[in-house]
Amino acid sequence: MDSQNKFMPQDYIPIMIQSFIVLGFVLTTMIMTHLLGPLRKSKAKLENFECGIEGMGNARSPFSVKYFLIAILFVLFDVEVIFMYPWAVNFRDLGANGFLDMLLFLGLLLLGFIYIVFKGALKWDNS
Amino acid sequence: METWELLSKIIFLFVILAITLVVAMYSTYAERKVAAFMQDRLGPNRAGPYGLLQPLADGLKMFMKEEIIPTMANRTLFILGPSIAMTTALLTGVVIPWGGNLTIAGHVISLQVADLNIGILYIFAMVSIGVYGIMLGGWASNNKYALLGSVRAASQMISYELAMGMAIIALVLTTGTLSLKEIVDQQQGWHWNIFYQPLGFLIFLVCAFAETNRAPFDLPECETELIGGYHTEYSSMKLGFYLFAEYINMFISAAVIATLYFGGYNFPFLNRLPLDANVLTILGSVVFFLKIFFLIFLFMWIRWTLPRFRYDQLMNLGWKGFIPISIANIMVTGVVIYFKELFF
Amino acid sequence: MTFLFYLLAAVAILSALMVVFSRSPINSVIFLIICFLSIAGHYILLNAQFLAVVHIIVYTGAIMVLFLFVIMLLNLNTSNEPHKSQLTRITAVITGGLLLLVLIAATKDAVLIQAKNPADYNIGLVKQIGQTLFKQFLLPFEISSVLFISAMVGAVMLGKKDSKKN
Repeated sequence: MDSQNKFMPQDYIPIMIQSFIVLGFVLTTMIMTHLLGPLRKSKAKLENFECGIEGMGNARSPFSVKYFLIAILFVLFDVEVIFMYPWAVNFRDLGANGFLDMLLFLGLLLLGFIYIVFKGALKWDNS
Repeated sequence: METWELLSKIIFLFVILAITLVVAMYSTYAERKVAAFMQDRLGPNRAGPYGLLQPLADGLKMFMKEEIIPTMANRTLFILGPSIAMTTALLTGVVIPWGGNLTIAGHVISLQVADLNIGILYIFAMVSIGVYGIMLGGWASNNKYALLGSVRAASQMISYELAMGMAIIALVLTTGTLSLKEIVDQQQGWHWNIFYQPLGFLIFLVCAFAETNRAPFDLPECETELIGGYHTEYSSMKLGFYLFAEYINMFISAAVIATLYFGGYNFPFLNRLPLDANVLTILGSVVFFLKIFFLIFLFMWIRWTLPRFRYDQLMNLGWKGFIPISIANIMVTGVVIYFKELFF
Repeated sequence: MTFLFYLLAAVAILSALMVVFSRSPINSVIFLIICFLSIAGHYILLNAQFLAVVHIIVYTGAIMVLFLFVIMLLNLNTSNEPHKSQLTRITAVITGGLLLLVLIAATKDAVLIQAKNPADYNIGLVKQIGQTLFKQFLLPFEISSVLFISAMVGAVMLGKKDSKKN
């Protein structure tokens, strides 16, 4: 750190203020649009849109497990990527040793990745 | 933090918020004009001279339209979805350094709302919360197309977040900091990061397209198969929020790309001009906005040039294409920096 | 600062309670997100900026997305929530009560921990965390990558098993 206590929690005060302003903006706009627009309800209008035909059952049906798998793999890879940030910031200080350590980590990551690809977990077409 | 500093920050924050909204509004106009130009049409030209009042007319229309919430939908989540999308879009811009320092009456005012130690990661955090806006909106609609669109959108955004993060790590290796202000200050003159990280820049650019759900990655809302995607059931300003958030995200990601890879508010010969420091700062900000506008134009150019991907192609590109490439990019960057340190 | 702490603590506790008490699982997820965000706020108050943002990215941005996917995948609406029998409820209350008892017993005799060097505000920043992680805790870090591989294998196994059944 080039100066003592350069980054402090106080840096976040403007963000706090901004989030209040933005929330206020979103809320007022939502209320405004609710009040301004006309309201003529009818049963057919409030039905779900399904290309003109009558709606069939609940839309919330289970979907492909592949999306779920993608989400799990994303969590794992995301944590690994997060681990790399402290290393990248300290890259010059840690030198060769740190680089080799990270190469080991990256190698294992690649190993896992290759396993996933060869097991076909990322295959999207069933052909 | 002193009172005048806080006050100046609040004023600046309002200015940036207003600029963001205006730029996003006029991006919709610019998009239609660019599309018209590319397709040899005129584009909007009825509201005001050259159709310049079109965005205002559109905004007013959005306000005056009927608000429809389907009976089958979950009311709270239905309203929460677009609100989250808009809030996170507007909160992302606070960490971007819009300019250098202004000196007014002895006070130094930084043209940045918040200089965070973890600036880049803050943007990632906001983007990852933004996923909920789309997911909740699509799920709450209780519409099959909306659900499909939102699940697609969420998978696509999280997949490309990974490659984006890895592209950033290669950049951080060269900069050694996560603070956006420090990254910009390192890029004075011609030392733009794009020349040191060309591959990382390309990965980041493509991921930015995917994160903002822009063509050729606009599968969550592809009209030909999903009607409107996750916002099929939305109307009035709630639909407006979704569309508007997309344009704000485009503006912010253009700003982030300009900050990270194109030197931010720096331009060559900046320090050689015989001008007052304040004038130079303003000039730098103007240059920064020009870079942003060029990148926004690039976004539009690509949208109206390339056809849409298929979903398996999209996922293959994100996972099997970009992740190995960006890991290789990290390794190569590391080796190059290490040997440069060793021998020079 | 103290006011912010109490505000965030109140939000965290209230939203955590709402996670338990809300009927629909999707509302629970949303309250859990709010809870995580307020905990990230606590980290910021401690100037652990990196930890705060990682908390948001990993927990709010990744794990909760996974939770939402699971809830969507299993189609857990309020309408078809499985009915819990009286016996499960009683066991749940007893287990929860026991946990509370253990927690109270553990915190009753706790001593007030003094910070090692309270003047150093930079200790939670990304640079310092990197120095500690890659010098002092290098071995656990490397071992964690093995853990990740095993998790990947597990995930792929589960996914494969399911897709075969379809």
